[in-house]
Amino acid sequence: MKAFRYLNGLVCPLDRANVDTDAIIPKQFLKSIKRSGFGPFLFDEWRYADHGEPDMDCTQRPLRQDFVLNLPRYKGAQVLLARDNFGCGSSREHAPWAIEDYGFQVVIAPSFADIFFGNCYKNGILPIVLPGATVDKLFAECVATEGYRLSVDLESQTVVAPSGSPSLSTFRCIASTAC
Amino acid sequence: MAGKTLYDKLWESHVVREESDGTCLLYIDRHLMHEVTSPQAFEGLRLAGRRAWRSSSIVANPDHNTPTDDWDKGIKDPISRLQVETLDANIKEFGALVYFPFKHANQGIIHVIGPENGTTLPGMTVVCGDSHTSTHGAFGALAHGIGTSEVEHVLATQTLVTKRAKSMLVKVDGQLGNSITAKDVALAVIGRIGTAGGTGYAIEFGGAAIRGLSIEGRMTLCNMAIEAGARAGLVAPDEKTVEYLKGRQFAPKGTDWEKAVAYWATLKSDPDARFDAVVELDAGVIEPQVTWGTSPEQVLSVHGHVPNPANEPDLQKRGGIELALKYMGLAADTPISEIRVDKVFIGSCANSRIEDLRAAAKVVEGRKKAVSVKLVLVVPGSGVVKRQAEAEGLDRVFVEAGFEWREPGCSMCLAMNADRLEPGERCASTSNRNFEGRQGSGGRTHLVSPQMAAAAAIAGHFVDVRTAF
Repeated sequence: MKAFRYLNGLVCPLDRANVDTDAIIPKQFLKSIKRSGFGPFLFDEWRYADHGEPDMDCTQRPLRQDFVLNLPRYKGAQVLLARDNFGCGSSREHAPWAIEDYGFQVVIAPSFADIFFGNCYKNGILPIVLPGATVDKLFAECVATEGYRLSVDLESQTVVAPSGSPSLSTFRCIASTAC
Repeated sequence: MAGKTLYDKLWESHVVREESDGTCLLYIDRHLMHEVTSPQAFEGLRLAGRRAWRSSSIVANPDHNTPTDDWDKGIKDPISRLQVETLDANIKEFGALVYFPFKHANQGIIHVIGPENGTTLPGMTVVCGDSHTSTHGAFGALAHGIGTSEVEHVLATQTLVTKRAKSMLVKVDGQLGNSITAKDVALAVIGRIGTAGGTGYAIEFGGAAIRGLSIEGRMTLCNMAIEAGARAGLVAPDEKTVEYLKGRQFAPKGTDWEKAVAYWATLKSDPDARFDAVVELDAGVIEPQVTWGTSPEQVLSVHGHVPNPANEPDLQKRGGIELALKYMGLAADTPISEIRVDKVFIGSCANSRIEDLRAAAKVVEGRKKAVSVKLVLVVPGSGVVKRQAEAEGLDRVFVEAGFEWREPGCSMCLAMNADRLEPGERCASTSNRNFEGRQGSGGRTHLVSPQMAAAAAIAGHFVDVRTAF
């Protein structure tokens, strides 16, 4: 778990609603009795062209080139931009463990499933709820702009888009175009 | 001042401390555990040098990884075996009120065995590192699925850090039609409010149709509350609840029983209680439900047609329909009744209790599985359910129809053991989730009631069980 007060991170847009915890980390990886090592299997069925099993060397596996996490422009992303009801389904904490282990520190969505939302806080992932229209605009900007980054300031609880300026508010998105 | 809801009463009777921002410490009466979400929690306890605060609150057994056949050969997958053995070792070290190890005569799905032996009681707070803990709300218990960090917190402190949920009343009045089950009600509710419709809420189910449900039906309904996104599902206890619990191993006895029954009678929403949201359904119009997509909200009557994305004006929703149709291998506008199935699964914490098996067997009796159906798995929810079914001859009905009668466990609900769909295979399933890959990588799941699953196994495709045979 990495603590942060301020993060300026590359954004990866995952443009589908109701992303469930089975998609985030499929069941075969839940057999582990550890809390670490789930990152390479994050979104396993969407990310790889073959069937994943625990202990596989993922660097050798064939990728689904069209899956957003595999696009070179999103390599090293720390902010996951998502749609409604992200993290629905099971209570498996393996889902936030996988997201954190991959390198994401912030997930932004219009809404989250309750258990997943709570599990994020236990693992140093910041789940941020922003209005649907704001998220729509962030998606549009992110897709249109290579290297799109967002700044997240914990103390002022603001998300700042490239065009915006920070101000004090409870996770309100600050940007002239996005908000 | 408005009266209190059942949720208010359960909540307020368990708050240990409340902070000014609404964060509460909630006392936990019953801690259910299985092998998948507990090893890291026990490890955390061990590393911190802590013991379990009240091991007599723990009811545990392995269920996700256990095989449903060839029990004499043990667990073949070494990673699954290690996880089950880790639970054995942790319970031995930290203690439990009830533990059924793999192959114990009473082992089963944790959400089936709790109610079965009376360790789930009205008025309790119940947690488990499993989202389907909502099942236990059928008894008027406040039951939450929790994450592994919270499992560790409950082990160490017997409390949960949480905030109060909003309250929703789902009122189902009128009378359910013949062969219309709690599963159909649950899917109809989810179809109405969506899989996020209950997010942030505890849902109380009320109305004449709910009072008319058996306790087992209420468990099915509350089990599915999490699929509507709800924090918990609740049904107020009544005389059926009392009758169900009487004489169960861990139910109170003697004067304790009398006191408990009197207390349980107070566990209902006051007539003037105010809910944050109310949803009303007419039971009489609910038809057999079949999901067509990859979310439980993508559900229709068996007489419906798979939706056409071209008719959906909302672009986000249209995209969702297109993705679901592609994954499910379905063409727009296909009648649900023309969808053929490769496999059928009757089981899971949604529908593996004795009434479910009786209902399925009634459809199957004297009939045979369709030749085109490759496999029909019937997996009882526990050893107790299995023995009861065998005493009633249900196992023979299934076997004579060409179905497989298996040992208890979670099985093909989530396919952590060897029971699974192969890529592209289509399944009529009595489980609770139709997510991509849920029953096996590339597998396609259609959620239905036990009767509808049995009927699909006989016909080879979805049919209206009320009129098909």
